[in-house]
Amino acid sequence: MSGKPKLHYFNGRGRMESIRWLLAAAGVEVCLYGSLLFQQVPMVEIDGMKMVQSRAIGNYIAMKYNLYGKDLKERALIDMYVEAVIDLNELLMTHILQPADKKEQHFATIVDKATNRYFPVYEKVLKDHGQDFLVGNQFSRADVQLLETLLMAEECKPDILAKFPLLQSFKARISNIPTIKKFLQPGSQRKPPLQEKDLPKVMKIFH
Amino acid sequence: MAGKPKLYYFDGRGKMESIRWLLAAAGVEFEEESLETREQYEKLLQGGSLMFQQVPMVEIDGMKMVQTRAILSYVAAKYNLYGKDLKERALIDMYVGGTDDLMGFILMFPFLSAEDKEKQRAVVVQKAISRYFPAYEKVLKDHGQDFLVGNNFSWADVHLLEAILMVEEKKSDVLSGFPQLQAFKARISSIPTIKKFLEPGSQRKPVPDDKYVETVRRVLHMYYDIKAN
Repeated sequence: MSGKPKLHYFNGRGRMESIRWLLAAAGVEVCLYGSLLFQQVPMVEIDGMKMVQSRAIGNYIAMKYNLYGKDLKERALIDMYVEAVIDLNELLMTHILQPADKKEQHFATIVDKATNRYFPVYEKVLKDHGQDFLVGNQFSRADVQLLETLLMAEECKPDILAKFPLLQSFKARISNIPTIKKFLQPGSQRKPPLQEKDLPKVMKIFH
Repeated sequence: MAGKPKLYYFDGRGKMESIRWLLAAAGVEFEEESLETREQYEKLLQGGSLMFQQVPMVEIDGMKMVQTRAILSYVAAKYNLYGKDLKERALIDMYVGGTDDLMGFILMFPFLSAEDKEKQRAVVVQKAISRYFPAYEKVLKDHGQDFLVGNNFSWADVHLLEAILMVEEKKSDVLSGFPQLQAFKARISSIPTIKKFLEPGSQRKPVPDDKYVETVRRVLHMYYDIKAN
């Protein structure tokens, strides 16, 4: 079991989910620990380090498994695309934490931001270069993280990609990559969305 | 021809401040365009300069870069402030992530009500003293070197100094239990590029005030109340 990265988190998506996606995309087997031992999670034991900070972990995995572009400029593009996706993820993930009287407003914000601020950018990127992947004509973490977000957004509103034909074909294409396809199948380490009933438990852990 | 980087933001700290620090630390001269009016912002939007309709935006090396973290990573890598290998980079990323979280508690300060400001001040100090400062104190104590990572000046050092100074603005004796951090602060502050940045007349921005808040609200049409996290 030693040698495989070890993930420490609660049994849900949160900030660990993007890391699970990246590891899966790179075809890396992981050892699940699932418990909260330290003041900060996510924590990933990898290559003799106990890494915290989801961005640091994501950066390390992306570099190590060649999912970070071929030079500084490609990395810059990947970082821009990934950071924006992280922002949108934050919105999507905090939806369940909204009090009942704020939920509808928050939902409207999510849909507005997704369809007016974020999705049009990625649609345009794909349209402008006509390539299969977001950056440098090569599979990268930007593709992985965008797919993750597209699927989460669809969980929120199933027809949210209606006006984005290129994102729809992107979604199909990236989902078909063998490592991703495997991750999307039942029994993988992908986590389901947080349910309302699990909320009290999660809130207790983080507050 | 590569000109100087140009920063587009409000005339104040916010999310651009860490970028100013890093460029200054690297000895890179930069220009700034301050957003004062809604019209300026809309012009940038319509011109397609703001990828996700947001600032900070930095024109650098032919790119219009957005997303603070992306810009910082690019500058760090370009000016050799990002460690010598993957593992050093990992450490730098972790440390910067921590100081980012800490400074994040201060970011919305100017937008809070007077009452919330007091509460948030206590939160910032408590987090600094109990979670963040001890971690960096230990790193420095354990390796006994001048810099956080790889015995070399890096982004992590710049970012930590920035965070220390910001927290000290909220409580001036906050470093009293942290001798290593006190020495670190003195040491990094006397690096020539940093020293220059800390002098009056540099491009470092002062503590944000009501005028800054007004400007941000006006330019972004951000009139809703901000609550502390």
